[in-house]
Amino acid sequence: MASAVHQLTPEEASANPVSEAVVVRFAGDSGDGMQLTGGQFTLSTALAGNDLATFPDFPAEIRAPQGTLFGVSAFQINFGSTSIETAGDQPDVLVAMNPAALKTNVDALKPGGLIIADTGEFGQRNLDKAKYAANPLEDDSLGKWQVLKLDISALTVEAVKPFGLGNKEALRCKNMWTLGLALWMFDRDRAPLVQWLKDKFAKKPELAEANIAALNAGHAYGETAELGALGISQRNVAAAPSEPGLYRTVTGADSISLGLVAGAQLAGLPMFFGGYPITPASAILHSLSRYKEFGVTTFQAEDEIAAIASALGASYAGSLGVTSSSGPGIALKGEAMGLAIMTELPLVIINSQRGGPSTGLPTKTEQSDLYQAVYGRNGDAPMPVIASRSAADCFDVAIEAVRIATQYMTPVMILTDGYIANAAEPWKVPDMSTYKPFPVTHHTALPPEGEKFMPYARDEKLARPWVKPGTPGLLHRIGGIEKALNSGNIDYSPGNHQAMTDIRRDKVANIDVPDQVVEAGQAGGKLVVVGWGSTYGPITTAVRRARAKGVDVSHIHIRHIWPLPKNLGDILRSYEHILVPEMNTGQLKTVLRDQFLVNAVPLNKISGQPFTIAEIEAAITRHLGSDKAEELGPDDSQLPSPEAVNP
Amino acid sequence: MNEMTTVRPSTPRDWETDQEVRWCPGCGDYAILKAVQRTMPEIGGTPENTVFVSGIGCSSRFPYYMETYGFHTIHGRAPAVATGVKLANPELDVWIITGDGDALSIGGNHTMHLLRRNLNCQVLLFNNEIYGLTKGQYSPTSREGTRSPSTPFGSVDHPVKPCAFALGSGARFVARGIDVNKNLPSVLKAAHAHQGAAFVEIFQNCIVYNDEVFEPFTAKPNALANQLWCEEGQPLLFAGGTKGLALDMERLTLKVIDVVDGDVSGVIVHNVKNRAIAHMLVEMPFGPFPMALGVLYDDPAPTFESAVVAQNKAASEGKTPDLQKLVAKGQTWMVDKQPRVE
Repeated sequence: MASAVHQLTPEEASANPVSEAVVVRFAGDSGDGMQLTGGQFTLSTALAGNDLATFPDFPAEIRAPQGTLFGVSAFQINFGSTSIETAGDQPDVLVAMNPAALKTNVDALKPGGLIIADTGEFGQRNLDKAKYAANPLEDDSLGKWQVLKLDISALTVEAVKPFGLGNKEALRCKNMWTLGLALWMFDRDRAPLVQWLKDKFAKKPELAEANIAALNAGHAYGETAELGALGISQRNVAAAPSEPGLYRTVTGADSISLGLVAGAQLAGLPMFFGGYPITPASAILHSLSRYKEFGVTTFQAEDEIAAIASALGASYAGSLGVTSSSGPGIALKGEAMGLAIMTELPLVIINSQRGGPSTGLPTKTEQSDLYQAVYGRNGDAPMPVIASRSAADCFDVAIEAVRIATQYMTPVMILTDGYIANAAEPWKVPDMSTYKPFPVTHHTALPPEGEKFMPYARDEKLARPWVKPGTPGLLHRIGGIEKALNSGNIDYSPGNHQAMTDIRRDKVANIDVPDQVVEAGQAGGKLVVVGWGSTYGPITTAVRRARAKGVDVSHIHIRHIWPLPKNLGDILRSYEHILVPEMNTGQLKTVLRDQFLVNAVPLNKISGQPFTIAEIEAAITRHLGSDKAEELGPDDSQLPSPEAVNP
Repeated sequence: MNEMTTVRPSTPRDWETDQEVRWCPGCGDYAILKAVQRTMPEIGGTPENTVFVSGIGCSSRFPYYMETYGFHTIHGRAPAVATGVKLANPELDVWIITGDGDALSIGGNHTMHLLRRNLNCQVLLFNNEIYGLTKGQYSPTSREGTRSPSTPFGSVDHPVKPCAFALGSGARFVARGIDVNKNLPSVLKAAHAHQGAAFVEIFQNCIVYNDEVFEPFTAKPNALANQLWCEEGQPLLFAGGTKGLALDMERLTLKVIDVVDGDVSGVIVHNVKNRAIAHMLVEMPFGPFPMALGVLYDDPAPTFESAVVAQNKAASEGKTPDLQKLVAKGQTWMVDKQPRVE
């Protein structure tokens, strides 16, 4: 049932174009600098005041052989003058730097969309590598799109000629030429980019000058080449109205790092971060290693186990221990999470989910570690789990995780994913004075005369005292063997294990989790779409559009995966139908069914790509028209066919 | 808050807990526990600043019996936990208690990295050449041919030499002791005095699953002839001073020579800072050679935690931690319009 696939019809796929929004996809060889081009275009878009969302999609190979289909790196940006929640379904513009980039991306392009292709790269060799029998620029195979054929390679080489670069170095400036053209198309200011290039190549001014010349040349080309004759005109996308204030762009990895620093500061604790490099989680280790003035110590451990074990050791010694990884690394950390649960020490564990199982799809996104987070340890090992919905949301989620970990003396897992970790979005810089501190006091009070210190005595939240080694008079030992109530001594007795298991369960179950709110719509109604994590963007947009057409559909987005909000069951039961879109085979769906005995129906997509808005919209329409879950499923029409990628 | 702090010097009894010790009667661990409890007052330790961290195995029950802070962690991971403890609070005196399976099998990776990083701590490896807690399977230090429940026909793999492993991993202090030997406290004192990771292999008799495995050099009648106690600045002598270790210049190995009439010329003089001597001592095959004991190598180098602290300090120098500034870093822009009404 969960694997049913529904192929979106062309009508469904493009039924609801967003006004005043444009989707541009830059695609090229992994050596062409597409992520950089996309990143800089994002910045100029943000500076122009548009709302935006991005989707970097790069290959797992560090430097795949040039020109190959599997070496294509793409960056998609959706920007507009209205609220933008996703990276966009179908690109309006595709920049294809070579035949492989064209082949793997063109099927996603909107009918009538614009292809900008670098003809200089469409030689026989590259056509062969992309498995094109004939040059698609020279036959009518691209007939349903507009094609702008430019020899970007030659134009770039010409533009940078005065700087005396070798051919290879000159061609490296291609991405800036392309960016210049893109900036012209959307009437963007080049000044911030020029400054950025000057800073980036401060030590190699000739490279800065060459790149700036390429950028200007691309821009000038747009101005002078009379592209209007081809039906291509300059577009000015108005700034999106947003709340007044100071903004910056942020990726999930940036935002989670900042949130952890903020959380530790609000708790008044030094932070210790133990990490081991893994895609896509490494960016958090990189960020935090630069924040030493905030009392952050980072430790690149010898493996995933040492990363979490050292973090737990630091927590034991009184710091806030934090570790981060992705699915395979989280699996390795499992035993140490059990130790953190048994010893009841605070610890924050971040899982930047990626496609699995095993090594799976390291650079692609998925939400398939929910079971692992909630259930994936030996023994009855309850642990709070919080999921972030977007890059900006990671900040508050990280603070929430620190709060729960330190207030309840428990490890906490944050679920984010590869999409959130890498994608950038505008973020209204928070006013830190509005965040309420939750200072931690390590326990130092001696027990009353004649009494022993009880390291497993509990407060009203069932949390035990946090005593730092070095504290006089409170010597005690902890460990992974079952603890006696209160004294914490080793105790294998049956009654004690029952009691301690109950306490560990109750402590987590009773965590003060905010009540669930209904994101769009209201409690009670025909259909509710329930999501978690990075599906927020497509769900919220799809539901908003459906509601605008008068469809009775609401949206609930769950942040606290475990324990679930206390009011969630009642809210869910107030709807006739519950639809749960997930980038897995139905994991939250199973938890909801188990916890609330409701008929949650899955909508699954496990392609390594985020849901499109159209897929969710189509599912809403179909769901309200049919009660058969079999008919629901993801759409894969946006994806290159398996043959295109793996010929 | 400080009234509980012991002003008088501590005694071994101050380091005993109220917990019932649960090793098998006659286990070598009892003797090691006593030796450690005797050592602590001598090194001027304070219980509240001392942390014992262990992994899993018979030896790893040790922290429960020391009146200090203690963390009985998971199998093989004590070095990693200890690294976090020490980095979070470099003032703590950290002791790692581990065994041959814990430190060299499941935790071999962590042992290696702890030693090469040179975390300032003591690593006491109780080597009984067997898995005791899981009832007698052969271990990574078991000699070839060891019959055990998992190797009924004898083990076929080559054992690891703990001190050679430590030295190869970059340890700056390597020593050996014997559970019941009176010299153990002095070895432990030397380990504690060393600034950096101090690795001590302690031959520990498992009375149930591997009894008398070290008898060839620990049994009274064999001790004199087969124990070589290394002392800084002293010739490497054994067998009551009648034999010594010399360098075979042609084969570039050690050789045993007879010492006649106290003439020690030709006998190597022990130098704890000489890595080459240490390498030869730990590789020396027992049988043709005696068992080298005591401090084999002691040449301090900067510690890991001091380097981390120094770098953290240098990187923070002149920076004021301003959270508001941090979140507003990078390229920013102002939006001054009013929110749109939907």
